[in-house]
Amino acid sequence: MILRITYYISNTNQSAGGKTKKLHVRIYEYQSGFYKHLSIVHISSVLRMSAQLYKKNDAYSTSSGQLPDKMTIFQECLQQFNLSPVNAKKCRQLLAKLLRLLYHGEKFPSSESTTLFFSISKLFQHKDLSLRQMVYLTIKELSATSQDILMVTSSIMKDIQGGDLIYKPNAIRTLANVLDASTVSASERLFKNCLVDRNPIVSSAALISSYKLLPIAKDVVKRFTNETLETIQSLKQFPSNQFQLHEYYGSATTNLPSTSYMYQYHALGLLYHLRNHDKMALMKLITSLSDGSSLKNSLSIIQLIRYINKILSDDKSLITHLFPILSGFLKHKSDMVEIEACKTLIDLQHLINESDFMNIITTLQKLLSVPRTSTRFAAIRLINKISIKNPEKIIVVNLELESLINDSNRSISTLAITTLLKTMGAGTINDTGGEGVDRLIGKMTSLMDEITEDFKIVIIEAIENLALKFPSKHKRLVSFLTDLLRDEGSLELKSTIVDALFDLIKFLPDEGAKKLILMNLCEFIEDCEFTELSVRILHLLGDEGPNTSNPSYYIRHIYNRLVLENSIIRSSAVIALAKFAIVCGGDVSKNIEVLLNRCLNDVDDEVRDRASVSLNFIHNSRKDLIINEFQYDLGALEGKLTHYLNEAAFDNSFDINEVGVISSEELKSIDYNRKLTKLDSTSFAESSANERDAEDLTTNGKGGDDSNNDVANALLKQQEYAQQLSAIPEFESYGKLSSSSPASYLTEKENEFVVTAVKHFFIESQKLVVQYNITNTLNHLVIQDVSVIAQPDNELYTEDLIISLENLQPEQTGTVYVSFSTPNIDDEELLVAFGNTLSYTNKEIIDEKGNIDETDEGWSEEYQIEDLEVLAGDFVHPLYNSNFTAVYEQLSFEESAVVSLKNTKTLEIGVEKLLKQLNMMPLDGSEYVPSDSTSHTLKLFGKDVWGTKVGALVKLASAGGKVVAKVSVKSENDKVAKLVAESIN
Amino acid sequence: MGQVISFANIFGKLWGVNKEVRILILGLDGAGKTTILYRLQMGEVVTTKPTIGFNVETLKYKNLTLNIWDLGGQTSIRPYWRCYYSNTAAVIFVVDSTDKDRIDVACKELHLMLKEEELTESTLLVFANKQDQPGAMSAAEVSQALSLTELKDRSWSIVASSAIKGEGLTEGLDWLMDVIKEEQL
Ligand SMILES: Nc1nc2c(ncn2[C@@H]2O[C@H](COP(=O)(O)OP(=O)(O)OP(=O)(O)O)[C@@H](O)[C@H]2O)c(=O)[nH]1
Ligand SMILES: [Mg+2]
Repeated sequence: MILRITYYISNTNQSAGGKTKKLHVRIYEYQSGFYKHLSIVHISSVLRMSAQLYKKNDAYSTSSGQLPDKMTIFQECLQQFNLSPVNAKKCRQLLAKLLRLLYHGEKFPSSESTTLFFSISKLFQHKDLSLRQMVYLTIKELSATSQDILMVTSSIMKDIQGGDLIYKPNAIRTLANVLDASTVSASERLFKNCLVDRNPIVSSAALISSYKLLPIAKDVVKRFTNETLETIQSLKQFPSNQFQLHEYYGSATTNLPSTSYMYQYHALGLLYHLRNHDKMALMKLITSLSDGSSLKNSLSIIQLIRYINKILSDDKSLITHLFPILSGFLKHKSDMVEIEACKTLIDLQHLINESDFMNIITTLQKLLSVPRTSTRFAAIRLINKISIKNPEKIIVVNLELESLINDSNRSISTLAITTLLKTMGAGTINDTGGEGVDRLIGKMTSLMDEITEDFKIVIIEAIENLALKFPSKHKRLVSFLTDLLRDEGSLELKSTIVDALFDLIKFLPDEGAKKLILMNLCEFIEDCEFTELSVRILHLLGDEGPNTSNPSYYIRHIYNRLVLENSIIRSSAVIALAKFAIVCGGDVSKNIEVLLNRCLNDVDDEVRDRASVSLNFIHNSRKDLIINEFQYDLGALEGKLTHYLNEAAFDNSFDINEVGVISSEELKSIDYNRKLTKLDSTSFAESSANERDAEDLTTNGKGGDDSNNDVANALLKQQEYAQQLSAIPEFESYGKLSSSSPASYLTEKENEFVVTAVKHFFIESQKLVVQYNITNTLNHLVIQDVSVIAQPDNELYTEDLIISLENLQPEQTGTVYVSFSTPNIDDEELLVAFGNTLSYTNKEIIDEKGNIDETDEGWSEEYQIEDLEVLAGDFVHPLYNSNFTAVYEQLSFEESAVVSLKNTKTLEIGVEKLLKQLNMMPLDGSEYVPSDSTSHTLKLFGKDVWGTKVGALVKLASAGGKVVAKVSVKSENDKVAKLVAESIN
Repeated sequence: MGQVISFANIFGKLWGVNKEVRILILGLDGAGKTTILYRLQMGEVVTTKPTIGFNVETLKYKNLTLNIWDLGGQTSIRPYWRCYYSNTAAVIFVVDSTDKDRIDVACKELHLMLKEEELTESTLLVFANKQDQPGAMSAAEVSQALSLTELKDRSWSIVASSAIKGEGLTEGLDWLMDVIKEEQL
């Protein structure tokens, strides 16, 4: 409940008791879009300026601020409400207390709640307006837990028909909670009248209530469409006497607005729900409302924009029609509307052209300097979002951004800095902005002293990301980070810096950068107060140091730790040294043996143990025991272990070989990807949440969902699939699942039957299982004997079996599996497309429980759905490598092709498409296309299911709305190279 | 407040003006209960819908404040009648005199209700309603069908009525008021 409280104090004549002031307080409840006086809580009392006295007079406050006792209230209610006649004032106070309990989340068990409900129903005998309002508020709350609430239906309907305006909206809203499928039709006429009522509050209440009725009576609410349309186009004003109905309003009602148009917002929401399965009707609605003058209420325009966005995410081709509407809202008298329009258009960036995009920036630029803080914040957040993918586009607002660094709101200033960091980075590509970075870092260095650690952490992350994206700029940025590391700071702050530096070592291709950071870290541990960080750094030094050109430098620093630090750090230093010994060999190894031998006399047994174990490994050259070449797939390991324990038959020992391993390269891929996704989604969690609407139906091609990039998620998903499939007897013999594709839609999302498909490959046994997930969205039909006829266009694929679905109830999803024997990579042709037809028998539902007539034979139908393609991406996993050029050179077989990409207008769409088709990892930041360029080079790397590596160098050029790709694919296997090259279309 | 007891107050108490008399109108669905209630309150015939729940109105009649509850008579609502029995001075039971098929049902419901502990003290007035219709049973016939004569220890009366024409209603109510006033003294 939103309240607005206004008050003023007036002086009255001085009386004998001293100064007497009068406090006038008005409390308004925010209801149906405007502030409505909440007559139940009126505090207007004469008070001496003594808080104590005032408190005593206030019947609604419990002095301790504690909740009243539930059982006491319950008893009192029963007693008071069952009296005849009832005392309105006492009942009102009791209801207020009861409501306070309910609003605090207290619940009464069903039987008590029902008893309360019946006693409250007796209060309908009293005509007191305020009491009636309270009764409605309470019944609304109790209706969730009480039985037999239909008993107040007639009384409420009577109030709505002829009752007082004060409680009429309350009555309408309560009615929606009381009605059920059997009583709703009795109120149809009533609702229609209220929907078109000239009073906006009544109309809003009816609209919201209709919305609430949708789940129980969609058919009835559908019949309200005309009334709702009428309402959205109408002009409704608050009656001028609305507030004079109550004694507490006096005459001070002249400043109240004459209308808020809030009913438009409510009507729009309802209409959308009535039409969202009918694209044509929805388009008609949008067009009719977007002429600029129909909708007067800002919230409703924002909602309209969101609906437009939703439509577009299903059907991009509508952009030509809808873009003018959206861009019209870029200039509007409400900031909110402008922000929403910007936000939406930014997400649709790939569909609009350069100059149109600049209009968004212009609007945002204007909003950056408005006085309202929340607007500035929203605007800079959007600018920040653009800066992630297209920093060069917002260089024009650099000036505004720089002045926002000193904004009094720290969230804004931090965003200004992180954004600037990105635009600067972009500027330096054509090396004029070099000083820009320096200047900005200068500004930041001074700002760093003033801001809190939370903001520092955000900035550190931004710097790291900048360094990752623009490796050439690393020097200045690394030194900024290492300077910060030397300053005072908490463990959390230092950890963030160390994390950032670790990532940079992992992902920066430049050896010089690596060396610089490692040396700085060595220096840091010389004087580091946090054991935890020292240990982590020593571990890293052990991993990275041996492969550098100057291992002895690091050995020296590590050795110092052995002499100077506590036992935990000493133990880590021992292991780090052992790594140098085993990797470097020769003299280094001998020297380290000497050092480790000394450790055998350490006072701490952990240090001694580690030293002796290490020495043993070094003598026996057991490199594998010292250095981690791979890691077990932890998710799978956990799953297998749980399974093993649950079986509880410990006859066989646990077989670790069943658990997949992740090589350190693959692990890096996962990390790198996580890094970049995080970078793209930082502070924009909500937009990705929207995109994930479809949840596990990760879309492919139609939805534009980034989440399937996420290697780690994909791995998890695949494990889930592997478990599901291995539980099906028919597939038991298929062996290990090699890859599973993301789910792709084979129908429109609003179809009667929605079908998605997932391809599962079992490479060793040469099997393909296609999993069709079928959702029945019709509520009056059960479909039976559901199966899919999948027709391959490649003879080498032969169908083995179909597992069809016996029965699919309304609103349910079921699965049909079709299994094929597949060719091998050495065979003529591996790519294939399946034509798909859904076949089933329809049975009509005959009663409310969803039963069908057993004797009904139904009728069979076949229904063609979209084709399903097998592409190279089904056989390749993305793989990270920090040095694309070098690995690419090493691959022996090359295949080239020149392809004009289908349905591709811009380079960005081209890149997006290739990533999906090939399922390889973009390296060196090559997935970001600078917006004004006409050509771009995409570097892709991956590993195929047969275990060989594959790289692709794709040169894209755009001209005249077409994109041409010149592809070179290199692999260790000529067939794979050919496969990948052929997959691009 | 409350400290000052005015003369009018005492006077009112004596004559039962301030006291509310709680009356229930019960009967099968379609018997005419709601029609009777508003005929009494507003003096006119209103269009009604089957009552889902109840209607409650307060009206002044002969110096008495009547608090009249008209409960819905549909099968689904009858079980809840009992929730409103307490403190009831009188029950007005309305019968559709043309509905011969269901007079047995009405009889059963009536006796079931009168067995309730909370209603042992309540006076019973039966309206043999819809007398304006041809073929309506007479009050005597209805009385017989409802086995009213079997009732012991209870003041009861049956009156032939037509809510549409407004006949019999005041006659019945007058009788009721007399009984109630008598009992209060
Ligand atoms: N001819 C005639 N019709 C009547 C009379 N009294 C009521 N009706 C009609 O009977 C129908 C039902 O009347 P209601 O008053 O709604 O019946 P009820 O007893 O309240 O019914 P429920 O609320 O379902 O329990 C209406 O069409 C009335 O017009 C009467 O005295 N004569
Ligand atoms: Mg009725």
